[in-house]
Amino acid sequence: MGLFSKFKAGLAQTHSRLVHEIKRIVTRSPKLTGSSLEELEHALIGADFGPAMTLQIIAAVKLAYETRGATGPDVFAIARAEVEKNLASSPSDLLQVPGGPTVVSIVGVNGTGKTTTSAKLAHYFQAQKKTVLLAACDTFRAAAIEQIKVWGHRLKVEVIAGSYGADAASVAHDAVTAAQARGVDYLFLDTAGRLHTKHNLMQELQKLHRVIGKQRAGAPHEVLLVLDATTGMNALNQAREFHKAVPLTGLIVTKLDGTSKGGMVVAIQKELGLPVKFIGLGEQPEDLQPFDAKQFAQALFEE
Amino acid sequence: MFESFSSKLQGAFRNLRGLGRISESNIAEALREVRLALLEADVNFKVARDFIERVKIKALGAEVIASIQPGQQIVKIISDELTELLGSTQAALDLSGTPSCLLMVGLHGAGKTTSSGKLARLLLKQGRLPLLVAADVYRPAAMDQLETLGQQLGIPVFLKRGETDVLKIAREALDFAKANQRNTLIFDTAGRLQIDEALVQELVRLRDFVKPQEILLVLDAATGQEAVNVATHFDSALQLTGAILTKLDGDARGGAALSLKAVTGRPIKFIGTGEKLDEFEPFHPERMASRILGMGDVVSLVERAAEAVDEDDLKRMEEKMRRGQFTLEDFLDQLRQMKKLGPLENVMKMLPGGAEAMKGQDLSKQEREFKHMEAMICGMTSQERRTPALLNAKRRIRVAKGSGVTVTELNTMMNKFAQMQQMMKKMGKFQKMMGKMGGGLPGMLGRR
Repeated sequence: MGLFSKFKAGLAQTHSRLVHEIKRIVTRSPKLTGSSLEELEHALIGADFGPAMTLQIIAAVKLAYETRGATGPDVFAIARAEVEKNLASSPSDLLQVPGGPTVVSIVGVNGTGKTTTSAKLAHYFQAQKKTVLLAACDTFRAAAIEQIKVWGHRLKVEVIAGSYGADAASVAHDAVTAAQARGVDYLFLDTAGRLHTKHNLMQELQKLHRVIGKQRAGAPHEVLLVLDATTGMNALNQAREFHKAVPLTGLIVTKLDGTSKGGMVVAIQKELGLPVKFIGLGEQPEDLQPFDAKQFAQALFEE
Repeated sequence: MFESFSSKLQGAFRNLRGLGRISESNIAEALREVRLALLEADVNFKVARDFIERVKIKALGAEVIASIQPGQQIVKIISDELTELLGSTQAALDLSGTPSCLLMVGLHGAGKTTSSGKLARLLLKQGRLPLLVAADVYRPAAMDQLETLGQQLGIPVFLKRGETDVLKIAREALDFAKANQRNTLIFDTAGRLQIDEALVQELVRLRDFVKPQEILLVLDAATGQEAVNVATHFDSALQLTGAILTKLDGDARGGAALSLKAVTGRPIKFIGTGEKLDEFEPFHPERMASRILGMGDVVSLVERAAEAVDEDDLKRMEEKMRRGQFTLEDFLDQLRQMKKLGPLENVMKMLPGGAEAMKGQDLSKQEREFKHMEAMICGMTSQERRTPALLNAKRRIRVAKGSGVTVTELNTMMNKFAQMQQMMKKMGKFQKMMGKMGGGLPGMLGRR
C-alpha cells in the first residue's frame, strides 16, 4: 500500500463523515445562509475543530459566498484552503545532527501512546538504514520498562533501562552515554506520561532535558509531543503547557485510525505553530507515517 | 478563555436587571455563551444543543428575583439542570452474583489497567475479596503491569502469559476464583477501537461467557466530540452498566461525561484523580457540573481539608486565636497543615475562577516562601517561638544563618507574623462579641 493510500485509509472515517455532512448541507440548501451555515458549523465542531477554528472557517465561507456570488463558493475548496493555511507545511522529517546521536525526547500526558510511538519511530528509522537506540525513561508506571523491552526485542533494537523508581534523568544520561559509545544515529527517550498540570512532574522533565543537554550540546535535538487523536479541546492545553515547560519541536498524533478526528491539530498549529511530524495509524510498527499538511487537508475534504 | 464562565454570563445578563422576566430575546446572548462554554468543555455539539433547549424552556418566564442577579439565577438553573442530567444520585456497583464479575472496557490508553487496580483496592477495603484478571492479550507487558499493581496492593492477579484466547483465560480465572475463595473478579481487557468489529466481538463473547454484573466503560476525561461515538458503540454492543472517568486531575473540563451520560443514559460510577492507586473516588454529579462550567470545586477542597486537618487541632487553634495567643509554633502547625492539602496549584484550581487566575503564575515561588518560613521557625528555640520578643539581633543572625536566609528575610517574616497576630486578636474579640449575641462567625480557618 502506498503512503498516500494508507494515509487516506486512516483518515477515511473523518473524511467520509465530513464530506457526507457537507454534501448533505450543500445539496439540500444550496444557498449558504443561516441554518445551512449553522449545520456546517456543527459538522466542523463534530470533527473537533474547536469553536474558534470553526468560526474562522465559517467566516471564510461566508466571505467567499458574499464576494463571489451564488455561482462561486465551493464549500470543500474554501474549507480545505482554510485548513491548509493553518497547517503551515514544514518538513516533517526529524533533524539529523552530525557528529553523534540525535537525541529525540518523546513526551506527553498519560496513555497517548508514547511507548508504542517510540518503538514505531525506531522501526521507521531502522527502515531508513539508520542505527537507533531506545531508552526506557518511564521509571514510574508499572511494567512500562517491560513494555518497551518487548518492543526492543521484536524490533531487535537495544533498550537502555534502569530500575523502577530510579531517576529518569539518570537513565537518560546512561542512554546518551551508550548512544555515543555505540555511535548510533538516533536515540529515542520514552519518557513517563505526565499531566501538563503537574508542576513537579514537568520540572522533572525539565531536569531530564537539562542533564542530557549538558552531556551533548543541543540535546534533546527534537522534543515531540504525543497527542491522542480522540482528545478534544484539552489537546490545546496540553500542547501549550508542554511547550512552555520544554520547548517542543513538533507533534505526533496517534490513534488516527478509525476515529473521526484531525480537527484539533489544526487548532494547535494555528496557535502554537508546531508542525505535526508523524501520525500513528494503528498498533503495528509500520503504522507510523510522516505527516503531510497538504495530504491531510485534501484527505479531510476531498470527495 | 481568561474570564470565568460565570462572570461572562453575568456580563451577558447585566442588561437584564429590572426587567422582571427572562424573555427569549434577552436570553439569546447568554445562551450563546453557555453553548460556547459547553463546546470548549468538549461536550458533544448535539448534546450541547439539546441541553441549551432544555435550559431555555426552564429559564423562560422564570421570575427575575430582585435580590440576586439574573446572571446568577441562570447559572443556578444551568448547573441544576446539568447536575440532573449527569445523574442526580450516585450509582453504586452491583455486586450480586457469586462470584460477581466486573468487565473493564475502553479505548487504548484510557486507563483501564490502572482503574482496575484502583477499583480492586476500593473493593478490598469494602470487605470484598477481589481477583484481578489480566485479559489484555495484545499490548506488550500489559499483564506485567497488572501483576505489579496486584503486588503493590496485595491482591492476587490471575494471568497466563502467552495465552491469546480470552475465553480460556476467563474460564480458568473463574475456576481459580472458586478454588481460592475470591468473590469479585475484575477483568482488565485490552484497549480497542469501538469500530474494530473483530475485537468488539471478542468482548461480546467474553461478556456472554462471564455474564458480568458490571460492564464499565473507562473513558479519558479529555475525550473530545468522539466520546459520543465511543459510548454509543460500546453500549450498543455490550450494554454497559456504567462508566469510569479517568485523568480528572488534569485540566480537561470533562464535557465527555455529559456526552456519555446523555447518549447512553448510563451512570458514571467512579472517577480517577491521579496516578496513585488511592486516587479514585465515587462520581459526584454536582461537582462535575461545576467543572464543566468552569466554576471550581469548592466541595472537594473542603472535603480534602477536612481529611488533612485534625478536628481537635482546629478547635485548639480557634481557642488560641480567640484569646490572641497565636504563637509561632501555631503558625508552624498551620504551614504544615497547608502542605497536607497538596501542592498549592491543585488547591487553587478547585476555587471558582482559580484555574483562570493561576494561568501564567508560578505558584511554586509562593510555595518556596512557605518552605523558607518553615525553616526559619524551625531554626528557633521553643522559647523564641513562644516569645518572639526574645529575638534580638544576635539571635536573629543565628536563626537566619541556620535556615539559610538573610536577616532581612527573617525580619520580613516576623513582621508578617506580627500583623497576622494583630489581626487574629481583633477577630477573636469580634467573635466573642458575636458569640454573646448568639450565632457567631465560623472560625477563620473554616470550621467546615
